[in-house]
Amino acid sequence: MFPFLPAQCLFMPSFHRSSVSFQSLHRCCQRVAVLLVARRQWGSSSASPASVVSKSLDFLAQRFYDVEALLNWKSRIGKDQLRKKNFYYGYTHKLYGPDIASAYYILNLGGGFRFVGQSEWFRADSRGKFNWDFLNYKDTPVEEVDMSHTIINYVGLSNLERQPVRTLKLQGCPEVDDWFLAGLHKFQDSLEELDISQCPRITVGGLAALRNLRQLKHLSVSSLPRISSPGLVIILLEEMLPQCQITADGYDLSLPQVGGEKPEEHLEAEG
Amino acid sequence: MCAWRRLHRSVRALRGCFTRGSLSCTAVTQRQPDRCGGLTFCQKLSTGGALRNDFLKELKAQMAAMKKKAADGLPSSSWMPFEINPNLPPETADIVIVGGGVMGWSIAYWLKQKEKFSKKMRVLVVERDPTYSQASTVLSAGGIRQQFSLLENIHLSLESADFMRSINEHLSVVNEDPVDLQFNQSGYLFLASEEVAHIMEQNYNTQRCAGAKVSLFSQQQVKEKFPWINTEGVALASYGLENEGWFDPWTLLNAFRRKAMSMGVIQCFGEVADFKHVKQVMMTKNGEQIDMKTIKSVKVQMLNSLEYQPVECALVVNAAGAFSGKLAEMVGIGLGPKDSLAGFSVPVEPRKRYVYVVHCPDGPGLDSPFLIDYSGVYFRREGLGGNYICGVSPEEAEEPDTSNLEVDHQFFEDKVWPKLANRVPAFEKLKVTSAWAGFYDYNTFDQNGIIGIHPLINNMYFATGFSGHGLQHSPAVGRAVAELILDGEFKTLDLSGLSFRRILTQEPMLEQNIV
Repeated sequence: MFPFLPAQCLFMPSFHRSSVSFQSLHRCCQRVAVLLVARRQWGSSSASPASVVSKSLDFLAQRFYDVEALLNWKSRIGKDQLRKKNFYYGYTHKLYGPDIASAYYILNLGGGFRFVGQSEWFRADSRGKFNWDFLNYKDTPVEEVDMSHTIINYVGLSNLERQPVRTLKLQGCPEVDDWFLAGLHKFQDSLEELDISQCPRITVGGLAALRNLRQLKHLSVSSLPRISSPGLVIILLEEMLPQCQITADGYDLSLPQVGGEKPEEHLEAEG
Repeated sequence: MCAWRRLHRSVRALRGCFTRGSLSCTAVTQRQPDRCGGLTFCQKLSTGGALRNDFLKELKAQMAAMKKKAADGLPSSSWMPFEINPNLPPETADIVIVGGGVMGWSIAYWLKQKEKFSKKMRVLVVERDPTYSQASTVLSAGGIRQQFSLLENIHLSLESADFMRSINEHLSVVNEDPVDLQFNQSGYLFLASEEVAHIMEQNYNTQRCAGAKVSLFSQQQVKEKFPWINTEGVALASYGLENEGWFDPWTLLNAFRRKAMSMGVIQCFGEVADFKHVKQVMMTKNGEQIDMKTIKSVKVQMLNSLEYQPVECALVVNAAGAFSGKLAEMVGIGLGPKDSLAGFSVPVEPRKRYVYVVHCPDGPGLDSPFLIDYSGVYFRREGLGGNYICGVSPEEAEEPDTSNLEVDHQFFEDKVWPKLANRVPAFEKLKVTSAWAGFYDYNTFDQNGIIGIHPLINNMYFATGFSGHGLQHSPAVGRAVAELILDGEFKTLDLSGLSFRRILTQEPMLEQNIV
């Protein structure tokens, strides 16, 4: 049940093991082609389909300590980067105030926002560069935030704490999960529009946390991969948030046909 | 010359073995002395074997087999000439944790987690129920809340919620599925009547100061937010906004177990029958005799068998839940004269609680929190199909019999349903689909956990007596006990208020929000 496969070092030539490791490498190369069965991805992050490269790395890591250490190192660097990006921007907060700190955080992560009373959006471009003009607007809170496809997570949400956010777009964010949705209660008085479509980690338990957002008028929960019975969930959400308009596309809501041929036969008989 | 012939014969013998199926052949071969004084196989070979005379390949296989046999003979291998029961625990262990519930495995995980660089500490977890059919962990309703009156409890819940939020950072094992606790972020709603409203306000202030995200509602606000509640008699309500809800306890237990075992913790299914200890007798100024005991070994008896293994250990952790009191009596705690130090037993005993699963088609929807009425009745949503879990804590005088886990359905009709239907009118039309019973490790003294070392036993640590909120505190308590064992003091959370001292000085730390 708990796999402790004997691992060897790929690049450690020792006399009595050289022939054996060479043989196993030969077998590895033969089997990589066979290993196109679904394998679990390295690490424990979101459930995206594994490519041939990651599957073969997976296979090698089970057998060689060096590969395992390399992959551990790689995932640790990824996690460190995530953590560093989502730190609480305390220094900026102290120097420039909470609004500028939130704005800076949003731009750093690659999102966009709009200040209260302004009509232009400040965004970072695809390479992460942004205009520093937002520093001119001191003491203006942020009203609309677009963090789609960024790595914002629960800890990073604390950077947006004191803003009267009315619109929050979180389409396709890989780190937005149920705990993040529970943390949205900070915006319960101001949030009117929320878009959490295509976030791979949200489940029904997190959607129950949206009950706190009483001002919500538009909610988009399209294409959430981890919702198993979307039709029922949409009905329950509509009951829970009666004043809210819920958009839920991207689900296959057709009724499953148990005996596929029967309706057609019935029609033929009648016809 | 003889050696060459011997080799050739053994090669032929092996070739024959490999063509016929290895295991059965080698079992049958006999060794008989040869003319040259060596040994050879006497198995007769038919020539239905390999036609190709691949000598080198056979030689290599034979060398591998000889090498394996030689390695088995060396002292470091695990080969033994006689049969040993593989389920026996090791003869020695550094720390023996008695009790394989979520608390025991949490402690095991944190012990291994803290001791990252010297992986030589041997931790053994002994559990007497391999199916976990009677374990309190898996029979619990699985809720977590921060709405306690005691500051330590609030901090424990907050830390445990933090742990569960980042559970995959802590408990993920490489090449295994990530942990999915199925956490429902629905919050707890406590309803208070006029008499207890002031207590609820006090608790609210404590909780807010400690950092819990709770809000107070008036009767009117409850009516607006939850129109399906009958707010008659409700003066004040306390609602958890974040870090509260319910989850799957079996998943948490298995996550701890899987990770701890991947770090080298040994699991043993057996029952602790006895402790071997040495006694140090001391006299106080008043002439009273105090015995300080040190546990030397734990006698672990295999299930349904007379076989046992004495495990020599340095420390024992008592995480046996509802049966911790009985375990402590094996070392002599509580068996001394009544008014002496040795007379204080561990005040933990099992208390049976019933949980009923009901189906109600018109019940509250996705926003229904874990509702707890001031009369003690509670219910929570289970899944999306209109099922709910409900129950109530019986009065002190009407505690059910704890010799079994049979469910009393009349209890539902008499005690649970009337109050539930009163509070939520939609529940007047419901059907009980299922029910189960589980034990609380009830602390008869003050219904709060006991964490720490016993004053009379040098090396037994306790982590028990949580009276129904052990599951939600288990990650933080596990870390605290690991800190106590490895660092000698609490590092992250100061839980010295929950130590044995309060029992010996008879100063209860009462928790007012026990469900």
